Amino acid sequence: MSGNSGEQMLDVFIFETEQNVGQLEAIVLESEKSGRYSEDAVNEVFRIMHTIKGSAAMMMFGNLSSLAHGMEDLFFYLREYKPKKVDYSVLSDLVLAGVDFIKAELQKIKGGAGADGDVSQLTGSIEEFLKYLQAENGMIAEGGEEAHKFPETAVREDEIRAERLSAYEAVLYFDDGCEMESVRAYGVVRQLRGFVDDLYYYPGDILENDDSVEIIRKQGFTVGFSTRKPLREISSILQNTLFLKDLELRAITLEQFKEIKEKGFPEREEAAAKQEAQKAGGKRAGAGGGDRAEDSISLPASSMISVNVAKLDKLMDLVGEMVIAEAMVTQNPDLQGLELENFGQAARQLQKITREIQDIVMSLRMVPLTTTFLKMQRVVRDTSRKVGKEVRLRLIGENTEVDKNIIENISDPLMHLIRNAIDHGLEEPEIREALGKERTGTVTLEARNDGNYVVVSVRDDGRGLDKEKILRKARRNNLLSKPEDELTDKEIYSLIFLPGFSTSEQITELSGRGVGMDVVKKNLESIGGTVAVDSKKGRGTVFTLKIPLTLAIIEGMKINVGNSLFIIPINDIRETVRLTGNKIIVDPDGNEMIMVRDSCYPIIRLSEFYSIPSAATKLEEGVFILTEHDDNKVCFFVDELLGQQEVVVKALPGYLRRRRIRGISGCTLLGDGSISLILDVGGFVN
Amino acid sequence: MGGYEMEDSYYEEDTLKDKYLIFYVAEEAFAIEIRYVMEIIGIQPMTSVPELPDYIRGIINLRGTIVPIMDVRLRFKKPFLEYTDRTCVIIVEMNEISMGLVVDRVAEVMTIPEDEIVDPPEISKGHNRYVKGICKMGEDVKLILDCNKILTDDEVEQLSQIREV
Repeated sequence: MSGNSGEQMLDVFIFETEQNVGQLEAIVLESEKSGRYSEDAVNEVFRIMHTIKGSAAMMMFGNLSSLAHGMEDLFFYLREYKPKKVDYSVLSDLVLAGVDFIKAELQKIKGGAGADGDVSQLTGSIEEFLKYLQAENGMIAEGGEEAHKFPETAVREDEIRAERLSAYEAVLYFDDGCEMESVRAYGVVRQLRGFVDDLYYYPGDILENDDSVEIIRKQGFTVGFSTRKPLREISSILQNTLFLKDLELRAITLEQFKEIKEKGFPEREEAAAKQEAQKAGGKRAGAGGGDRAEDSISLPASSMISVNVAKLDKLMDLVGEMVIAEAMVTQNPDLQGLELENFGQAARQLQKITREIQDIVMSLRMVPLTTTFLKMQRVVRDTSRKVGKEVRLRLIGENTEVDKNIIENISDPLMHLIRNAIDHGLEEPEIREALGKERTGTVTLEARNDGNYVVVSVRDDGRGLDKEKILRKARRNNLLSKPEDELTDKEIYSLIFLPGFSTSEQITELSGRGVGMDVVKKNLESIGGTVAVDSKKGRGTVFTLKIPLTLAIIEGMKINVGNSLFIIPINDIRETVRLTGNKIIVDPDGNEMIMVRDSCYPIIRLSEFYSIPSAATKLEEGVFILTEHDDNKVCFFVDELLGQQEVVVKALPGYLRRRRIRGISGCTLLGDGSISLILDVGGFVN
Repeated sequence: MGGYEMEDSYYEEDTLKDKYLIFYVAEEAFAIEIRYVMEIIGIQPMTSVPELPDYIRGIINLRGTIVPIMDVRLRFKKPFLEYTDRTCVIIVEMNEISMGLVVDRVAEVMTIPEDEIVDPPEISKGHNRYVKGICKMGEDVKLILDCNKILTDDEVEQLSQIREV
């Protein structure tokens, strides 16, 4: 059990620290943008560092703790003395270096290794910076010492001379909603052990008994101990406990200590505590009134839980099954013709609930791109610093939700593209000015949903790709497959995705090792996506990543052709028309086309394309659906429109995927359990 | 303890080994290794998919999973038989590819020891491309199907179709 709880503590530590570090990074970047550290920011950094210091010390990660300690001192100085002359960029660099260090150590810890990175250089430079600040601002601060001064406790006055064995009892109260009180209490005990001769604590079975959490919440966590150390020292250890709300510390006689130690806690108190705990337990079980609500106000830590994706998929399938089963019940042929008012009501209720479950389950796997995009701010900052260019990052559509595994797969390619855009794409500030452009370059990161795809683009307003250079390079490396004069611009640009291509004449630290673009391409292909590039000389370059959704909900138009049902993504549909005076044109090859408001759409009769026996063969009998996808216009001729519906895109089974059926991107289950195929408008063009 | 476990898993392996599901297509008995058989279901409403060979009848929704359905009769170029309530679909899964095989009738599960199986005769015509063995146990001859070939051997099939045309 204790080993288990140790692991649990480690998990909590990693999770909390990751969150804190993320927050820290955001603060630093934000502050850097505004050119100064606001009071709030300084306070916040101080608080975070203090937290990290405490928890790292508790987990015995000495290097992390001392790093955080150094930072804390630094920000303590900033907070207390508000120095005028501060080189904020150096400060940001220092903090970010610290952030990176902590991140790297967390990775190690996660991998099962200890945190063993050498921190001395970093703490050294932090100290140096602090000294420099102090000298610069003409003030000698008491610095770090001061940082650890906490609200005096009642007992502090009777300072105990060290070396004599004396006994104390401490009652610790944790912050409301900090969760895992028992584990935290256990941490306190573990820490104290090193400093005290002997100790007892109540509740005694913190790890085994779930009720103990309630007791700690209500009455605090009581530790009695005998020690030879000065009270001051012990007190500061206790003060450093995470999420400590309040601490009562009082001296007791050694006799009292021994008595409690031997006989356990006074009966009365224990009984009362039990009762209290039971009452609380009962209240909780009583399906949450106001009390419950209070309990649920907690850290983000407790509102997140990681779940195996396989389980989610299974759940997803089960819900699909349930929807079908529900339809089988409510639309059961045995019920036909019966007047069942009550049944109908109950069935509608069931339908509503299943619909809701379905929505929730589908949203489970979806994660907004926000964090990935925000991470890129850091990349932009670091890269622009290194190459000495001024860059602004613009984020569009960062709330776009995509499947979790897509996020994991596009992070690296994006980072690479952004570095490239800054390193190769953007010009130096002076050159930009000379060209009449804004001095600061802009990199735009944009995400949007496009039918079954998520499209993420990285756009810069730099010099654009140099066709001549690309061609020269391609010639030299024998990468051309066609005569040069037959290549379109797009084809030329696409050459940069070939393995072993890098146009940068100077290989820089950041990009240009010649392994970049083809790796981006490979990464995307591994998740079934594509990457395209377009560019205008002097105006900029745009890379477009198109990633298929493994699980997508799209709005679709249900149509039928003969007995077959199809879904066309609403996004692609421009309008639907019946043949009334619109011109049908037939070219000499027998290809039909339709003119609608000066646009000419080629007509595809789905019934002929897929050889389905169709009801509507005469053009007057059916419906024309005008679609447009990536500037490709197609008009489908179908029998009927059946209505609009939200559908879940499912991949075709493996056997069919290998056959690459033209124009079908996937399939979906309809409410009645039948399957409908989803048309990929883009697939009809070629 | 370790020894027992080993034996257990050995026996577990053994329960699937040499077990075959026997089914009939056009009065011929076929056997398929039981380890590839997931379940047997009745015929279900199907959605036809364009651009596929005629023996792929369509796809069905098997409790949320979409499974293509292959008519074994058509696959072996036998005349098509209308589906009835008694028509069976054997869901097989191999190398993460699922497929429903429509057969006339499912008979039984039987054990066919390896030494009861002989190699098919080397004749280049007919359908013994998909037969990897012949079992003479019991009254009639049973053809042991190569599940993998049935699921993946399209290219060969397509080529031969072209030649026939």
